[in-house]
Amino acid sequence: MSPEFTPFLSTLGGALIGLSASALLLFEGRVAGISGIVGGLFAPKAGDIGWRVAFVAGLALAGLGGMFVAPHLLAVEVTRAPWMLITAGLLVGIGTRLGNGCTSGHGVCGLSRLSPRSLVSVLTFMFVGAVVAVVAGKLTGGAS
Amino acid sequence: MRSIVLALISGLVFGSGLILSGMTQPAKVVNFLDVLGDWDPSLGFVMGGAIAVHFLAYRFVPRLPKPVWGDRWGLPSRRDVDARLLVGAALFGAGWGLGGYCPGPALTSVVTGASSTLLFTGAMLAGMWGYSIWESARSTQPTNSPRPSGSPTTALPEAP
Repeated sequence: MSPEFTPFLSTLGGALIGLSASALLLFEGRVAGISGIVGGLFAPKAGDIGWRVAFVAGLALAGLGGMFVAPHLLAVEVTRAPWMLITAGLLVGIGTRLGNGCTSGHGVCGLSRLSPRSLVSVLTFMFVGAVVAVVAGKLTGGAS
Repeated sequence: MRSIVLALISGLVFGSGLILSGMTQPAKVVNFLDVLGDWDPSLGFVMGGAIAVHFLAYRFVPRLPKPVWGDRWGLPSRRDVDARLLVGAALFGAGWGLGGYCPGPALTSVVTGASSTLLFTGAMLAGMWGYSIWESARSTQPTNSPRPSGSPTTALPEAP
Protein backbone atom coordinates (compact mmCIF):
# COMPACT_ATOMS: atom_id res chain seq x y z
CA MET A 1 0.00 0.00 0.00
CA SER A 2 1.12 3.54 -0.67
CA PRO A 3 2.79 5.45 2.20
CA GLU A 4 0.74 8.46 1.09
CA PHE A 5 -2.51 7.00 2.51
CA THR A 6 -4.46 9.84 4.20
CA PRO A 7 -7.70 8.42 5.61
CA PHE A 8 -8.37 11.26 8.08
CA LEU A 9 -7.76 14.24 5.77
CA SER A 10 -9.55 12.51 2.91
CA THR A 11 -12.65 11.84 5.02
CA LEU A 12 -12.61 15.43 6.31
CA GLY A 13 -12.24 16.82 2.78
CA GLY A 14 -15.02 14.53 1.61
CA ALA A 15 -17.29 15.81 4.40
CA LEU A 16 -16.68 19.40 3.21
CA ILE A 17 -17.66 18.35 -0.32
CA GLY A 18 -20.82 16.77 1.06
CA LEU A 19 -21.57 19.91 3.09
CA SER A 20 -21.22 22.15 0.03
CA ALA A 21 -23.49 19.88 -2.02
CA SER A 22 -26.03 19.84 0.81
CA ALA A 23 -26.09 23.66 0.99
CA LEU A 24 -26.83 23.90 -2.74
CA LEU A 25 -29.59 21.32 -2.31
CA LEU A 26 -31.18 22.94 0.74
CA PHE A 27 -31.16 26.56 -0.45
CA GLU A 28 -31.49 26.20 -4.22
CA GLY A 29 -32.67 22.65 -4.83
CA ARG A 30 -29.69 22.11 -7.09
CA VAL A 31 -27.36 19.18 -7.73
CA ALA A 32 -23.69 19.97 -7.12
CA GLY A 33 -22.39 18.30 -10.26
CA ILE A 34 -19.30 20.12 -11.46
CA SER A 35 -19.49 18.97 -15.07
CA GLY A 36 -23.17 19.99 -15.20
CA ILE A 37 -22.49 23.39 -13.60
CA VAL A 38 -19.63 24.15 -16.01
CA GLY A 39 -21.23 22.49 -19.04
CA GLY A 40 -24.30 24.72 -18.61
CA LEU A 41 -22.07 27.71 -19.37
CA PHE A 42 -21.60 26.47 -22.94
CA ALA A 43 -25.37 26.47 -23.58
CA PRO A 44 -26.25 29.56 -21.53
CA LYS A 45 -29.80 30.40 -20.55
CA ALA A 46 -30.79 33.84 -19.26
CA GLY A 47 -30.69 34.09 -15.48
CA ASP A 48 -28.84 30.79 -15.18
CA ILE A 49 -25.28 31.97 -15.66
CA GLY A 50 -24.26 34.00 -12.61
CA TRP A 51 -24.39 31.23 -10.03
CA ARG A 52 -22.44 28.87 -12.29
CA VAL A 53 -19.66 31.44 -12.76
CA ALA A 54 -19.70 32.17 -9.01
CA PHE A 55 -19.35 28.48 -8.14
CA VAL A 56 -16.39 28.03 -10.49
CA ALA A 57 -14.86 31.25 -9.09
CA GLY A 58 -15.24 29.70 -5.62
CA LEU A 59 -13.31 26.62 -6.76
CA ALA A 60 -10.55 28.83 -8.16
CA LEU A 61 -10.49 30.87 -4.95
CA ALA A 62 -9.98 27.65 -2.99
CA GLY A 63 -7.11 26.81 -5.33
CA LEU A 64 -5.52 30.22 -4.74
CA GLY A 65 -5.83 29.80 -0.98
CA GLY A 66 -4.40 26.29 -1.21
CA MET A 67 -1.36 27.57 -3.11
CA PHE A 68 -0.43 29.73 -0.12
CA VAL A 69 -1.45 27.44 2.74
CA ALA A 70 -0.54 23.99 1.44
CA PRO A 71 1.03 24.08 -2.05
CA HIS A 72 2.06 20.41 -1.82
CA LEU A 73 -1.63 19.48 -1.95
CA LEU A 74 -1.84 21.02 -5.44
CA ALA A 75 1.34 19.44 -6.76
CA VAL A 76 1.31 17.76 -10.18
CA GLU A 77 3.59 14.75 -10.14
CA VAL A 78 2.12 12.63 -12.87
CA THR A 79 4.46 11.56 -15.62
CA ARG A 80 2.16 11.96 -18.60
CA ALA A 81 3.14 13.27 -22.02
CA PRO A 82 1.34 16.42 -23.23
CA TRP A 83 -0.63 14.48 -25.85
CA MET A 84 -1.88 12.17 -23.08
CA LEU A 85 -3.04 15.14 -20.98
CA ILE A 86 -4.86 16.70 -23.95
CA THR A 87 -6.49 13.37 -24.81
CA ALA A 88 -7.45 12.88 -21.15
CA GLY A 89 -9.00 16.36 -20.94
CA LEU A 90 -11.02 15.87 -24.12
CA LEU A 91 -12.27 12.48 -22.89
CA VAL A 92 -13.29 13.94 -19.52
CA GLY A 93 -15.01 16.95 -21.12
CA ILE A 94 -16.97 14.97 -23.71
CA GLY A 95 -17.62 11.94 -21.49
CA THR A 96 -19.03 13.87 -18.55
CA ARG A 97 -21.42 15.82 -20.80
CA LEU A 98 -22.52 12.75 -22.76
CA GLY A 99 -22.99 10.71 -19.58
CA ASN A 100 -24.59 13.61 -17.64
CA GLY A 101 -22.16 13.75 -14.75
CA CYS A 102 -18.82 13.12 -13.15
CA THR A 103 -17.41 12.14 -9.77
CA SER A 104 -19.50 14.82 -8.03
CA GLY A 105 -22.83 14.65 -9.86
CA HIS A 106 -23.05 10.86 -10.23
CA GLY A 107 -20.59 9.92 -7.47
CA VAL A 108 -21.44 12.12 -4.50
CA CYS A 109 -24.94 13.41 -5.35
CA GLY A 110 -26.27 10.46 -7.35
CA LEU A 111 -25.15 7.77 -4.92
CA SER A 112 -26.49 9.82 -1.97
CA ARG A 113 -29.82 9.93 -3.82
CA LEU A 114 -29.63 6.15 -4.44
CA SER A 115 -30.00 6.74 -8.18
CA PRO A 116 -29.59 3.53 -10.22
CA ARG A 117 -28.28 5.56 -13.21
CA SER A 118 -25.58 7.06 -11.04
CA LEU A 119 -24.59 3.69 -9.58
CA VAL A 120 -24.12 2.29 -13.09
CA SER A 121 -22.17 5.40 -14.10
CA VAL A 122 -19.86 5.24 -11.06
CA LEU A 123 -19.14 1.52 -11.51
CA THR A 124 -18.41 2.13 -15.19
CA PHE A 125 -16.05 5.08 -14.78
CA MET A 126 -14.28 3.49 -11.81
CA PHE A 127 -13.71 0.27 -13.74
CA VAL A 128 -12.54 1.93 -16.96
CA GLY A 129 -10.46 4.42 -14.95
CA ALA A 130 -8.73 1.57 -13.12
CA VAL A 131 -8.00 -0.32 -16.34
CA VAL A 132 -6.56 2.79 -18.02
CA ALA A 133 -4.53 3.77 -14.92
CA VAL A 134 -3.06 0.26 -14.65
CA VAL A 135 -2.14 0.17 -18.34
CA ALA A 136 -0.76 3.73 -18.32
CA GLY A 137 1.18 2.90 -15.15
CA LYS A 138 2.81 -0.09 -16.84
CA LEU A 139 3.67 2.00 -19.93
CA THR A 140 5.07 5.04 -18.12
CA GLY A 141 6.56 3.32 -15.09
CA GLY A 142 4.13 4.53 -12.45
CA ALA A 143 2.47 7.80 -11.58
CA SER A 144 5.04 9.35 -9.29
CA MET B 1 -27.47 38.24 -5.26
CA ARG B 2 -27.76 35.82 -2.36
CA SER B 3 -27.72 32.93 -4.85
CA ILE B 4 -24.46 34.24 -6.28
CA VAL B 5 -22.92 34.52 -2.81
CA LEU B 6 -24.11 31.04 -1.86
CA ALA B 7 -22.67 29.58 -5.08
CA LEU B 8 -19.34 31.34 -4.45
CA ILE B 9 -19.13 30.01 -0.87
CA SER B 10 -20.25 26.54 -1.97
CA GLY B 11 -17.53 26.52 -4.61
CA LEU B 12 -14.98 27.67 -2.06
CA VAL B 13 -15.96 24.95 0.44
CA PHE B 14 -16.16 22.32 -2.32
CA GLY B 15 -12.73 23.27 -3.66
CA SER B 16 -11.23 23.30 -0.16
CA GLY B 17 -12.63 19.81 0.37
CA LEU B 18 -11.09 18.64 -2.90
CA ILE B 19 -7.69 20.05 -1.90
CA LEU B 20 -7.73 18.66 1.68
CA SER B 21 -8.88 15.25 0.53
CA GLY B 22 -6.09 14.83 -2.02
CA MET B 23 -8.20 14.99 -5.18
CA THR B 24 -6.08 17.85 -6.60
CA GLN B 25 -3.01 15.60 -6.72
CA PRO B 26 -3.28 13.64 -9.97
CA ALA B 27 -0.63 11.20 -8.78
CA LYS B 28 -2.76 10.34 -5.74
CA VAL B 29 -5.83 9.83 -7.94
CA VAL B 30 -3.87 7.61 -10.30
CA ASN B 31 -2.48 5.64 -7.34
CA PHE B 32 -6.06 5.05 -6.22
CA LEU B 33 -7.15 3.83 -9.65
CA ASP B 34 -3.96 1.84 -10.36
CA VAL B 35 -4.91 -1.03 -8.06
CA LEU B 36 -1.94 -3.13 -9.20
CA GLY B 37 0.60 -0.41 -8.38
CA ASP B 38 1.39 1.47 -5.19
CA TRP B 39 -2.26 1.43 -4.13
CA ASP B 40 -3.58 4.42 -2.16
CA PRO B 41 -7.15 3.83 -0.93
CA SER B 42 -7.58 7.45 0.29
CA LEU B 43 -10.05 8.48 -2.39
CA GLY B 44 -12.48 5.85 -1.20
CA PHE B 45 -12.54 7.80 2.06
CA VAL B 46 -13.29 11.03 0.17
CA MET B 47 -16.33 9.40 -1.38
CA GLY B 48 -17.30 7.91 1.98
CA GLY B 49 -17.06 11.24 3.82
CA ALA B 50 -18.97 13.13 1.13
CA ILE B 51 -21.73 10.57 0.82
CA ALA B 52 -22.10 10.19 4.61
CA VAL B 53 -22.95 13.90 4.86
CA HIS B 54 -24.95 14.26 1.66
CA PHE B 55 -26.91 11.04 2.12
CA LEU B 56 -28.22 12.43 5.42
CA ALA B 57 -29.17 15.69 3.70
CA TYR B 58 -31.16 13.72 1.13
CA ARG B 59 -33.10 11.93 3.85
CA PHE B 60 -34.54 15.24 5.10
CA VAL B 61 -34.16 18.14 2.68
CA PRO B 62 -36.42 16.95 -0.19
CA ARG B 63 -39.29 16.54 2.28
CA LEU B 64 -39.53 20.32 2.38
CA PRO B 65 -42.18 21.65 -0.02
CA LYS B 66 -39.50 23.61 -1.89
CA PRO B 67 -35.90 24.77 -1.51
CA VAL B 68 -35.36 27.58 1.01
CA TRP B 69 -34.65 30.16 -1.73
CA GLY B 70 -35.94 28.40 -4.84
CA ASP B 71 -39.42 27.70 -6.09
CA ARG B 72 -38.87 24.12 -7.22
CA TRP B 73 -36.54 21.14 -6.86
CA GLY B 74 -34.14 20.80 -9.77
CA LEU B 75 -33.38 17.15 -9.13
CA PRO B 76 -32.92 14.55 -11.86
CA SER B 77 -35.74 12.07 -12.14
CA ARG B 78 -34.52 9.65 -14.80
CA ARG B 79 -33.85 6.10 -13.66
CA ASP B 80 -33.17 4.41 -16.99
CA VAL B 81 -29.73 3.29 -18.10
CA ASP B 82 -29.02 4.04 -21.76
CA ALA B 83 -26.05 3.84 -24.11
CA ARG B 84 -25.24 7.55 -23.68
CA LEU B 85 -24.82 7.06 -19.94
CA LEU B 86 -22.56 4.03 -20.37
CA VAL B 87 -20.44 5.45 -23.20
CA GLY B 88 -20.13 8.81 -21.44
CA ALA B 89 -19.06 7.21 -18.16
CA ALA B 90 -16.55 4.98 -19.98
CA LEU B 91 -15.01 7.95 -21.83
CA PHE B 92 -14.85 9.95 -18.61
CA GLY B 93 -13.27 7.05 -16.73
CA ALA B 94 -10.62 6.63 -19.43
CA GLY B 95 -9.72 10.32 -19.24
CA TRP B 96 -9.70 10.26 -15.44
CA GLY B 97 -7.37 7.27 -15.32
CA LEU B 98 -5.10 8.81 -17.96
CA GLY B 99 -4.88 12.37 -16.62
CA GLY B 100 -5.66 11.94 -12.92
CA TYR B 101 -8.07 14.88 -12.91
CA CYS B 102 -11.86 14.96 -12.84
CA PRO B 103 -13.60 18.30 -13.57
CA GLY B 104 -13.71 19.80 -10.04
CA PRO B 105 -10.05 19.27 -9.13
CA ALA B 106 -8.96 20.46 -12.60
CA LEU B 107 -10.83 23.77 -12.19
CA THR B 108 -9.55 24.15 -8.61
CA SER B 109 -5.94 23.52 -9.66
CA VAL B 110 -5.88 25.65 -12.80
CA VAL B 111 -4.84 28.76 -10.83
CA THR B 112 -1.48 27.14 -10.08
CA GLY B 113 -0.61 27.69 -13.73
CA ALA B 114 1.16 24.32 -13.99
CA SER B 115 1.47 23.51 -17.68
CA SER B 116 0.05 19.99 -17.40
CA THR B 117 -2.99 21.29 -15.48
CA LEU B 118 -3.55 24.01 -18.08
CA LEU B 119 -3.31 21.49 -20.93
CA PHE B 120 -5.77 19.11 -19.30
CA THR B 121 -8.27 21.79 -18.24
CA GLY B 122 -8.13 23.58 -21.59
CA ALA B 123 -8.82 20.32 -23.40
CA MET B 124 -11.62 19.46 -20.96
CA LEU B 125 -13.38 22.80 -21.53
CA ALA B 126 -12.89 22.40 -25.29
CA GLY B 127 -14.49 18.96 -25.06
CA MET B 128 -17.49 20.32 -23.16
CA TRP B 129 -17.83 23.19 -25.64
CA GLY B 130 -17.58 20.85 -28.62
CA TYR B 131 -20.19 18.60 -27.07
CA SER B 132 -22.58 21.55 -26.63
CA ILE B 133 -22.17 22.50 -30.29
CA TRP B 134 -22.83 18.91 -31.39
CA GLU B 135 -25.80 18.63 -29.05
CA SER B 136 -27.44 21.86 -30.22
CA ALA B 137 -26.83 21.00 -33.89
CA ARG B 138 -28.43 17.61 -33.33
CA SER B 139 -31.46 18.96 -31.48
CA THR B 140 -32.26 21.49 -34.24
CA GLN B 141 -32.37 18.84 -36.97
CA PRO B 142 -36.05 18.43 -37.87
CA THR B 143 -35.64 14.70 -38.62
CA ASN B 144 -34.75 13.96 -35.01
CA SER B 145 -37.65 13.91 -32.62
CA PRO B 146 -36.84 15.87 -29.47
CA ARG B 147 -35.92 13.93 -26.37
CA PRO B 148 -38.89 13.42 -24.08
CA SER B 149 -38.86 15.95 -21.30
CA GLY B 150 -40.24 15.57 -17.83
CA SER B 151 -42.82 17.69 -16.12
CA PRO B 152 -41.65 21.16 -15.05
CA THR B 153 -41.09 19.92 -11.52
CA THR B 154 -38.41 17.43 -12.60
CA ALA B 155 -35.39 17.53 -14.82
CA LEU B 156 -32.41 19.73 -15.00
CA PRO B 157 -31.37 18.05 -18.23
CA GLU B 158 -27.68 18.67 -17.66
CA ALA B 159 -27.61 17.06 -14.22
CA PRO B 160 -27.29 13.33 -13.58
